[in-house]
Amino acid sequence: MSALRIPGKGRVDHAQPVRFTFDGKSYQGLAGDTLASALLANGVHLVGRSFKYHRPRGVVSAGSEEPNALVGVSRGSGREEPNTRATMQEVYDGLAAVSQNRWPCLHFDAGAGADVLHRLLPAGFYYKTFLWPKRFWDRVYEPLIRRAAGLGVAPSEPDADSYASRYAHCDVLVVGGGPAGIAAALAAARSGARVILADEQAEIGGSLLAETGARIDGQPAWDWLAAARAELEGMANVRLLPRTTAIGYYHQNMVGLAERVTDHLAAPPQHAPRERMWRVRAGQVVLAQGAIERPLVFHGNDRPGVMLAGAARTYLHRYGVKVGERAVVVTSHDSAWQTAFDLADAGVSVAAIADVRAEVDSALLAGAQQRGIEILLGHTVTGTSGRLRINAVTLAAAELVATAAGRVLRCDVLLMSGGWTPSLHLFSHTQGRLAWDEASQSFLPGERTEDCHIAGAGRGLWGLGAALADGAAMGAAAARAAGFSPDMSAPTVEGDPAGSGVTTTELPGNRAAHNTRAFVDFQNDVTAKDIRLAVHEGMRSIEHVKRYTTTGMATDQGKLAGMNALAIAAETLGAPLPAVGLTTFRPPYTPTTFGAFAGYHQGETFDVTRKTPIDPWAEASGAVFEPVSLWRRARYFPKPGEDMHAAVARECRATRSAVGMMDASTLGKIEVVGPDAAEFLNRMYTNPFTRLGVGRCRYGVLLGEDGFIRDDGVIGRLAADRFHVTTTTGGAPRVLNMMEDYLQTEWPDLRVWLTSTTEQWVTVALNGPNARRLLEPLVEGQALTDEAFPHMSVSECRVAGFSARLFRVSFTGEMGFEVNVPARHGLELWELLAAAGQEHGLCVYGTEAMHVLRAEKGFIIVGQDSDGTVTPDDAGLGWAIGRRKSDFVGKRSLARPDLVARNRKQLVGLVTHDPRTVLEEGAQIVEDPNQPLPMTMIGHVTSSYWSEALGRSIALALVEGGRMRMGDMLYLPMPEGTHSARVTGTVFYDPQGERLSA
Amino acid sequence: MLLIHCPYCAATLPELEFAYAGEAHIARPADPSTFSDEQWRDFLFIRTNARGLHFERWRHVHGCGRFFNAVRDTVSDKFLTTYKAGEPKPELEALLKAAGKDAAE
Repeated sequence: MSALRIPGKGRVDHAQPVRFTFDGKSYQGLAGDTLASALLANGVHLVGRSFKYHRPRGVVSAGSEEPNALVGVSRGSGREEPNTRATMQEVYDGLAAVSQNRWPCLHFDAGAGADVLHRLLPAGFYYKTFLWPKRFWDRVYEPLIRRAAGLGVAPSEPDADSYASRYAHCDVLVVGGGPAGIAAALAAARSGARVILADEQAEIGGSLLAETGARIDGQPAWDWLAAARAELEGMANVRLLPRTTAIGYYHQNMVGLAERVTDHLAAPPQHAPRERMWRVRAGQVVLAQGAIERPLVFHGNDRPGVMLAGAARTYLHRYGVKVGERAVVVTSHDSAWQTAFDLADAGVSVAAIADVRAEVDSALLAGAQQRGIEILLGHTVTGTSGRLRINAVTLAAAELVATAAGRVLRCDVLLMSGGWTPSLHLFSHTQGRLAWDEASQSFLPGERTEDCHIAGAGRGLWGLGAALADGAAMGAAAARAAGFSPDMSAPTVEGDPAGSGVTTTELPGNRAAHNTRAFVDFQNDVTAKDIRLAVHEGMRSIEHVKRYTTTGMATDQGKLAGMNALAIAAETLGAPLPAVGLTTFRPPYTPTTFGAFAGYHQGETFDVTRKTPIDPWAEASGAVFEPVSLWRRARYFPKPGEDMHAAVARECRATRSAVGMMDASTLGKIEVVGPDAAEFLNRMYTNPFTRLGVGRCRYGVLLGEDGFIRDDGVIGRLAADRFHVTTTTGGAPRVLNMMEDYLQTEWPDLRVWLTSTTEQWVTVALNGPNARRLLEPLVEGQALTDEAFPHMSVSECRVAGFSARLFRVSFTGEMGFEVNVPARHGLELWELLAAAGQEHGLCVYGTEAMHVLRAEKGFIIVGQDSDGTVTPDDAGLGWAIGRRKSDFVGKRSLARPDLVARNRKQLVGLVTHDPRTVLEEGAQIVEDPNQPLPMTMIGHVTSSYWSEALGRSIALALVEGGRMRMGDMLYLPMPEGTHSARVTGTVFYDPQGERLSA
Repeated sequence: MLLIHCPYCAATLPELEFAYAGEAHIARPADPSTFSDEQWRDFLFIRTNARGLHFERWRHVHGCGRFFNAVRDTVSDKFLTTYKAGEPKPELEALLKAAGKDAAE
């Protein structure tokens, strides 16, 4: 047992030692320790190197505000976390932690050379230096700076852990489990309100966990705490969430809570999530987040061994750890005196208490005298020494600082307190106003925007008694606002130490300004000098000072630095502190893993994968799939030994020569029904629909009101008042939304009803000269002759015994049918057709062959051959516009000056000079390949394939004035060389359309 | 996450069920062909972009599917009211007065 651990003291389990490693060296801690307390018990203060100057740094705090003690923690591959705060990581047997931002090792870091050069590296140095030569910035300076500066190393393996998320509702959410939070939870819970109490520490109790002197309701503080926790745990209407950080306060009392579920366990249960994100909707919120102690700003205040006085008291009482053998205390607040007394009583030699104030409460003076501690009032720190750990501090009377040499006191820890800052981060997330309070020299909660109550130290109250009383009052107020009738009773407290103090800026020193290293933001290595420099260089707003110096921009978000930076900036500006104001706090309160935000949305459950009823057949048949919006579709069906090119060529040949079958079930389908259905479609689509006969189909183009193509599809009329509308696979939800919008808000007088039927039908497309021969014997109730059932017909009949909607349509240029049957019969129909098709040379094809076959016919795919700036005329679909219609969605826009301009990009065909060259989709097109850079680009390739039917490549492209360039040669400069291609029409195959009824 | 009152369902529900649908009270003209190019441009593209109270449309897309209108403060994100499509614009002063009374309570 180390001499720094006091036997039997604290809330750690002295009977349960655990072993852990830090930088490979093995240490012993106790169950209940944090990594920081266990290292301090072993006399280890040096835990990291600073971000910019690589200065040795030690533990400063005992909580989530820790700026320095950031370590890497690993449980093996895929379970590594950088920048873990050692003050929050609980030790467990086998914990492996490493220090960061040092090379080759923590005690000797080559990067510390940056510290010697500090005068060349002030705030914003990279805006002023490294400017020449210009090309060096990208290649030399920036990579160097990025390598030299930094925190932990991001893990390279995918995260092996899982993360959970949960919604919860309650009447009163209490954030913070210190005395105010516990009192609030008790008051609300006793009235019957559903209460959630969340605290980021491993144990609920807050400052009570480090309180040994006071008595509450006549009991020792820890006994009262145990009883209070037992009472809360015993109530069915209360949920206690330790290890749970409230990271953000969102609209209408939704609070995000990040719970650490397994990070403290030596052997986490196999399927337990590592973290759980709670989204709590609370009727009322009580914010009892307490206050954070401020460091003092003086030369050498960042040496390992310089820490916050309150933290030293926490390590002593909660963990039974003396942070050093010989301490000096420097403070502007009463609370540090109590720390000095407690340490002295525990056997630590306290050399002196230096207070910047000239006058201090007489009870404190008496307490120090009684313990033989030297008192130095009106004193300042002019420097510290010790390379990897403080070994002495120089103190001087403030008024003599410029002339006197000061006194050097040997010490191994220097405990500082600059007072306490109410923690109002979550309150600020609600856009709640902060108001400056002159008496307490702090910002306190002002106007509220949400149903929340701020309790205890968070609103500037000092002391245990006040925190308990205010917590009880705010808990009761919250319960009352939530409709309960709480009674008001607060515990009584004896032995509550008083506390007041003053806010300081940088302490007076005796060194030249350029040689003073007084740190404001430890994590981002920002000094008081940097902040003054920023002001002198013209930064007036605190937000500009923050961004120029990066103060408050590290992972601790300036929890320690914020007020000191503001005070120094205000002093330099000569403006009162509240006039300068604080920077904005934003969620999350502490760094939060991406895993916690992602929750279940990772891997296979990242998003929905929609599958058609045919999908299992395709999978069993070895299909290669591709995602199309949320659907997964079979792209091609390779036979053994075939690559994609061979498979697609075979599928295309079979479809053009015999019959091909494709699963087209993903096509969007909307049932449009009602007496005004035809009128409605007539207004929505460019084409005329009112006179479309029952049993007939029409290709429809849907525009936005801006005149550009949004979607297309075939629309069949089943009855005078019933249409079967198809949309693109990805466009179905958008089209239905757009139709609903017009129907509900522009034409509410139309009697039309819209229903999505995409997933109700399985659609099997049969294309090819043998399609009718295959289908005919299976169809009842509809003759399939060209006379009875010509191209663009629709019929409700039976196919293979199933009730069906049969379309005669073609997206390939071959004779084509689309059989729609209820989804539950889809797979059976598919298998029947696959078997019956054997004698007709049937081949199943996927989306790739479909693309080739349709491109050979110049049929566009909306979103591939169009991009939201393409009009029907641009796409060669001018014929689909009902010229005699007085109005349809987008019609007026087709007359906008830009949409009738002469040189619009138009869809044309391209055939390459070398028939074997398949152009790259997206390739840019130029007129003259020898023009100087940057070239004038006149269009791009939208579709490009190898056409098996033509034995050469084909492409579609959008080209400026394309239809006026027929026969012209255009050029496509590519990295491998320039291709040339001739402009053609868009129909490459069977231009007369003779095969539709072959 | 906001809570939004659907005037058709008469229920206050999480934002996840709703989709924003642009500025409200921009009616499509009965005969767009009578609009000049400038008028048509304004109808298509020119929007208020208010800092403060804003009339806007929402759709209860994962609920009843209805489009409705709302008055929302774009600074605080607070809804002052929601109302059915086709109903007239509410009086802002009365709304503000009512909201002020709520806040005072």
